[in-house]
Amino acid sequence: MTLQTQQDSAGLADATSSNEALRRFLHGLPGVDQVGAEARAAQLATRSIKTTAKQFAIDLAIRMVDLTTLEGQDTPGKVRAICAKAMRPDPSDAGAPPVAAVCVYGDMAAVAKQALRDSGVHVACVATAFPSGRSALPVKLADTRNAVAAGADEIDMVIDRGAFLSGRYLQVFEEIVAVREACGDAHLKVIFETGELQTYDNVRRASWLAMMAGGHFIKTSTGKTQPAATLPVTLVMLEAVRDFRAMTGQMVGVKPAGGIKTTKDAIKYLVMVNEVAGAAWLDPDCFRFGASTLLNDLLMQRTKISTGYYAGPDYFTLD
Amino acid sequence: MTENKSSARRTVTKAAQALASTTGAASEQRLPIRKTYKLYIGGAFPRSESGRSYVVHDAKGGFLANAALASRKDARDAVVAARKAFGGWSGRTAYNRGQVLYRVAEVMEGRRGQFAEEVQASEGVSRRGAYAAVDASVDRLVWYAGWADKIAQVVGGANAVAGPYFNFSSPEPTGVVAVVAPQESSLLGLVSVLAPVIVAGNTAVLVTSHQRPLPAIAFSEVLATSDVPGGVVNVLTGSAAEIGPWLASHMDVNAIDLSGVDDAGLATSLEEAAAGNLKRVVRPSADGAADWTADPTIDRITAFLETKTVWHPVGI
Repeated sequence: MTLQTQQDSAGLADATSSNEALRRFLHGLPGVDQVGAEARAAQLATRSIKTTAKQFAIDLAIRMVDLTTLEGQDTPGKVRAICAKAMRPDPSDAGAPPVAAVCVYGDMAAVAKQALRDSGVHVACVATAFPSGRSALPVKLADTRNAVAAGADEIDMVIDRGAFLSGRYLQVFEEIVAVREACGDAHLKVIFETGELQTYDNVRRASWLAMMAGGHFIKTSTGKTQPAATLPVTLVMLEAVRDFRAMTGQMVGVKPAGGIKTTKDAIKYLVMVNEVAGAAWLDPDCFRFGASTLLNDLLMQRTKISTGYYAGPDYFTLD
Repeated sequence: MTENKSSARRTVTKAAQALASTTGAASEQRLPIRKTYKLYIGGAFPRSESGRSYVVHDAKGGFLANAALASRKDARDAVVAARKAFGGWSGRTAYNRGQVLYRVAEVMEGRRGQFAEEVQASEGVSRRGAYAAVDASVDRLVWYAGWADKIAQVVGGANAVAGPYFNFSSPEPTGVVAVVAPQESSLLGLVSVLAPVIVAGNTAVLVTSHQRPLPAIAFSEVLATSDVPGGVVNVLTGSAAEIGPWLASHMDVNAIDLSGVDDAGLATSLEEAAAGNLKRVVRPSADGAADWTADPTIDRITAFLETKTVWHPVGI
């Protein structure tokens, strides 16, 4: 990285003093080599993970899942069912670890909190006019406060892509700062919707912007648009959190979301986390999967390893 | 002028002769094409995930072709493909499934020569015998195709009950069926075990005859070019002893046909493994030598059907 000139926290503080300064900083970040990033991601994806390493990866991936239901048709009953599954993913095997969090809309936070209680599984809520983020700041803040008051431990906010893409970086920055303040003790995940950011350079800029604004996690997508999470996009974000720690000492987490459906995919991501960011990120506090169908596939693979024969979807919950 | 013309003609003739003799020489020395066939999974022809293949010999022990040697992961992929295809295939009208099977028979009829050649080479029967086997196979497909929209009337129907209700029983396909095809009868045996499985709306994962897989491979090419949706039939060439246990224990397989398992010990162990999720099992014939030329019955269709019975109030 050629960030030497900007490498100290004081420099970062200066960078956010005005829109012009922020623009200069973000556009001063080295460009992403698109072909290189894609080739690196593809190369890491070929690594073969077997036997005990695979067992470890599957259990880790289960612990990293943010079990998500974000449908207009969600009911309290469905949220309670998801919560039960989150706490005990495989009813036939007590050894299967619980997932990291349940991710729901704000109005379901209270239901989820009541179901999960002190199980250790967090309640994550999407807020700030999810998924488009097109609303006035007071509305977004009220949305966030409501979710936190209802018991959310984590807030998944979306950035205003319109403002970001038209270069109003300071507006995006200040919105994230304001939402972070509204979160109180709750952790903040910042969703970029990388499918709408057009370039890897923009992904890198958005990552730095969100990290400087104090986001605890940076997250690829809402899961509502295509393409959602991809390996190269996640690679760029993992590089950003690695460099941010090198500069400031702070660990920021990464959460790819949307389109990760199989154990094979999940393991590819874990390999990349280990190789790009480092083993420190192989922890549910620093890396999450936003997913719903992924969990069943992880459980089926887990069952295959423990029983020795292939499992079928008939024996796992529909969700 | 005339001379010129004739000399020109002579030159052309010479050139043509030269050309003819060159191509003649080339065809005498033409290198044999040593074919390496692939699997048929989900409507595509992938290599085995394991990268393995094995040599297929003709009845006299000569080289015939290479075939992919399927592994357990190929079997796993085939089950996934079959499960994915099940909803669409079982959801089609019975009439439509019948039409699709007729179409398979038609396409097969068009490739009669190829099938006969492969059956003759694989089984070492006479040319006449090979053609008889191919014709019997096509006829068998047609016979089963006809049953598609008739089986429900024969094995289902309205039941008499003592109450103000209608009570109906209707046969429904059981799901994904693993089929071990007969080892000896490479085409007629294959069609005889496969057609009844799919005609009722099931999808199939088929393990071919290990020594004689060529007619099955040609049959998968027929399936790919007729109207059978990808994944309804998945063809694995290889060893039943290797793949069979994985299919028999697979929790997403609903039934298994062991007709092609010649080894009694293996058949027993597969049947035991199949009990894990209560698969329907069709055992191999007791004496180990089924006569595939005999007239079929609907037993093979009903073996893979489940009966659903519903009560419905009368009138209003």
